[in-house]
Amino acid sequence: MILTKEQQAILDGEHGETLAKVMKTLVMYGDAFEAEKLVPITSKYNHLVTSFGLKVMSPVYDLMQKILDAGVASGQKFSVDPRPLDKNVPANFLQNFVFNKFMYTKQSFYEDQLEKLGLMDKNAFTCTCYMDEVGNKPKKGDILSWAESSAVVYANSVLGARCNRNSGIIDIMGSIVGYVPYFGLLTDEGRRATWIVKVETTKKPEAQLLGSAIGMKVMEDVPYVVGLDKWIGSELNDSACAYLKDFGAATASNGAVGLYHIAGLTPEAVEQGESLIAEGAREYIIDDAELERVKAGYPVIWKNPDAKPKLCFVGCPHLSLEQLKDWTEKLETELKKNGNKKVTIPTVFTASPGVLAAFEKTEYAPRLKATGVITSYICPLMYMNNPLCKKMPVITSSNKLRTYTSARYYTDAEILTTITGGKI
Amino acid sequence: MKQFKGRVITPGKVTAEAVVTKEGFNTLASLQMALQFGDKEVKCGDQSNKELYGKPLLGKALCLPQTIGSTTGGLVLYCACAMGKNPACMLFASHIDSLAAAGAVLADVWVEGVTMPVVDSLGDEFLDYVKDGMTVTVKEDGTVELA
Repeated sequence: MILTKEQQAILDGEHGETLAKVMKTLVMYGDAFEAEKLVPITSKYNHLVTSFGLKVMSPVYDLMQKILDAGVASGQKFSVDPRPLDKNVPANFLQNFVFNKFMYTKQSFYEDQLEKLGLMDKNAFTCTCYMDEVGNKPKKGDILSWAESSAVVYANSVLGARCNRNSGIIDIMGSIVGYVPYFGLLTDEGRRATWIVKVETTKKPEAQLLGSAIGMKVMEDVPYVVGLDKWIGSELNDSACAYLKDFGAATASNGAVGLYHIAGLTPEAVEQGESLIAEGAREYIIDDAELERVKAGYPVIWKNPDAKPKLCFVGCPHLSLEQLKDWTEKLETELKKNGNKKVTIPTVFTASPGVLAAFEKTEYAPRLKATGVITSYICPLMYMNNPLCKKMPVITSSNKLRTYTSARYYTDAEILTTITGGKI
Repeated sequence: MKQFKGRVITPGKVTAEAVVTKEGFNTLASLQMALQFGDKEVKCGDQSNKELYGKPLLGKALCLPQTIGSTTGGLVLYCACAMGKNPACMLFASHIDSLAAAGAVLADVWVEGVTMPVVDSLGDEFLDYVKDGMTVTVKEDGTVELA
């Protein structure tokens, strides 16, 4: 890798040992991908994936402390993934004990570190930092040092920013020196599609199921999706963006997709069309049967597969304001149809603190509350990552949550029916 | 004995028993529970990976195509190394992915006294040939011997 004089000086230790190690990390990381140079980060803010003060992650906090002690804090302010705990979310005595006394004992300590390192504000905890209500929305062409797979794939695909699927810790190291290695999704060549995915379903495909199928097929490659605009339109409005948020999160967690193009919809596909498709691209056709096959292949890992669900999570990644309003209306209609006033399974809708604050100002907030649904800023994944939840029959419409935990996946429509007391 | 030659990401030499997955290795799903709750063998916790689920990973030669999943993957791997709960080596059939590369580099630069050789680009034939329980020897130059 060819470094500028300034970058070489940092690597040589002229600005201290810790900064030299940060630079060495980025150079070695880039070398693994034959990156020829480091390029400046141009986004206003960074986004970090590590939001949780898990006792087991002590090596991470030790490393952050070394950075703080060396006085080399992030050059950018940043948002960060959701907090792992919220007292509003149902938890029994044992769960609360495990969460507070065993698992997340470093939470306060780590949040203090984040503030010193450059947290945007005390509410900047969400996986959907790009929502208007949060304010970390990069511009097309911006170079990012983000982590959080669902945010990276959204920023690349829907916003047209440029970011690799960086790991936690690498994310903040980019901000500290102000550069990231130039490879992969930062390059024009790395953004070309090596898969053509043809959507040939007879109805609008479930976002989280379609994303799962594509993720598992293409892994880390870039898909060019044809035929989806028929179902979600050719305008990046609130509805299409919410769909693509959920779709992308599933591609990124069920596979390792960092960028997708949707013909006639996402910015690069609109501008460049099929010239984005690389020579020799493979083809994957998705019809109703293929989606059914994918869904049927998800393992059911509850001890009793017929157990009545004890908890339902909707909002991984965090819901948008429009999604909260839409769910409210659907819940009211379905509850009435099923002769119930409140949800029959404890249900938590998760969204960013900014979106929740905006939602609270609408007439929908009391209506949603009346259905019995709890709203929270929590990360459902962090809530469920413990052996106590493994035994708990939790349902979700998030394919990401299904992938990482014992939660069982159902479509949005199936979730709606189930939590309102209907039969699937 | 069969020999393969790959590209060195982080150098080192080691001999260990192979554990093999032909699916993407989901680092967070595989390691978090074991690290969090002190599983001494670091058994794989990823229920979606039928080849690895429940198998010990500590001190093994982990043979895989690439890693997938959450972007916490690199820091989870870094933590595993810092805690001495890592595989003996990671051997990638394909080009290494960004999360595994981050974990390997973070461990190499920031963790003292831990060596986890990482070699990539060993080819599809490597993953077709290697089987659970084989003895794997990794050399400094990226040569991998299977017996």
